[in-house]
Amino acid sequence: MSAPGASSVWPMYRAMVGVGALCGLLIVSVYQATRPRIERLREEALQRAILEVVPGASSSRTFVAAADGTLSPAPPGARGGRRLHAAYGPDGALVGVALEAAGMGYQDTIRLIWGYSPEAQTAVGLKVLESKETPGLGDKILFDPAFLDNFRALDLKLAGETLVHPPVAVKHGEKREAWQVDGITGATISSKAVAKIVGESAADWAPRVRARRAELEERE
Amino acid sequence: MATAAATSGGMDDFVKGIWRENPVFVQVLGMCPTLAVSNTARNALAMGLATGFVLLAANASISTIRRFVPKQVRIATYILVIASFVTAVDYLIQAISLELHQALGAFIALIVVNCIILGRAEAFASKHPVGRSVLDALGMALGFALALFCLGAVRELLGSGTLFGAAVLPARFQEWVVMILPSGGFFTLAAWLLLFAWWRQRRERRPQVAANGGAR
Repeated sequence: MSAPGASSVWPMYRAMVGVGALCGLLIVSVYQATRPRIERLREEALQRAILEVVPGASSSRTFVAAADGTLSPAPPGARGGRRLHAAYGPDGALVGVALEAAGMGYQDTIRLIWGYSPEAQTAVGLKVLESKETPGLGDKILFDPAFLDNFRALDLKLAGETLVHPPVAVKHGEKREAWQVDGITGATISSKAVAKIVGESAADWAPRVRARRAELEERE
Repeated sequence: MATAAATSGGMDDFVKGIWRENPVFVQVLGMCPTLAVSNTARNALAMGLATGFVLLAANASISTIRRFVPKQVRIATYILVIASFVTAVDYLIQAISLELHQALGAFIALIVVNCIILGRAEAFASKHPVGRSVLDALGMALGFALALFCLGAVRELLGSGTLFGAAVLPARFQEWVVMILPSGGFFTLAAWLLLFAWWRQRRERRPQVAANGGAR
């Protein structure tokens, strides 16, 4: 004997599970079909961004960081892992490094690339690669010229293995120090998130770049 | 006779969304993407097409499965279907252009909660056969894309002096920067709504005037 109401419950299970399975199939199929092209477009955008965030760069070489901190040239076509892009000027001299970093923004993960000058120990440029910040407010981190100017000479000096002043976002118009980031009015959380992402990335990479600078200066 | 009536009904399903029941200018639905992504004609058209694709796919699917979905779980099922198509569109737009994906930002994911899509699923697709649901979706999608384009074109033209990125107005034209800012979206929408209200009133008055004239 079946439980009372079982016959009316079964169509509900059937509808939800059946539709769920079909939807899952659709999503996975489209993901699989589009993945190679999306990855290629991302890589091309990244290569353009490297030259954009390191002023004076005309070529670059990608290195992969191992768990012990050593850097080795990335094999051609390799993706993923902790990567550093050494950027060289037309004369072949190292002009800076471009670093990929990511962290939580207001809505979702912000993925960005920023340029670092080991010579001056400052950030030299920043470009947000991916974000879902609030349109009209938080998404200003992508294009607001005044905000992006913060990262053209942001002080990231090292004292030993740590930053002297980790960058912090301050209210718009209250920036007094070279290590402060002038925030965007109405996008405080997004501004702070970008400053934090750059700060954490700098704390992680800057000592390593200093230690391995000789390796990075070898163009090929 | 029956075929003629069916053809006329199908045509009406299609046409009503474009003009008489336009989702933006008449039903005033989907205001969030309408105001936010209509700062340029390109963004507006891309969002219109993306929403249109989801609307079409969702209406066709929901109409197909309408007999198998008990009413107790229908909304959950519709949302599942809509969310899946939005995810697919998200990947497809990324594969077409990362810049376009970046420009549309969070609004692609928000197509899931666009009330036009769930509204048509509940009000039309769940009660009508696939053919009519597809025509309804096509009409509504076209109406939505057209409305977004009307807003985007005006805002881009006045805000930047361009249309689809190409310079249209003379160089001496001073751009109205406010038009590409969020407030410009409200101004433009208000102007279009005013135009639609004026046109509707004029159309409604016309038979009355004709009737009064005839009575004399």
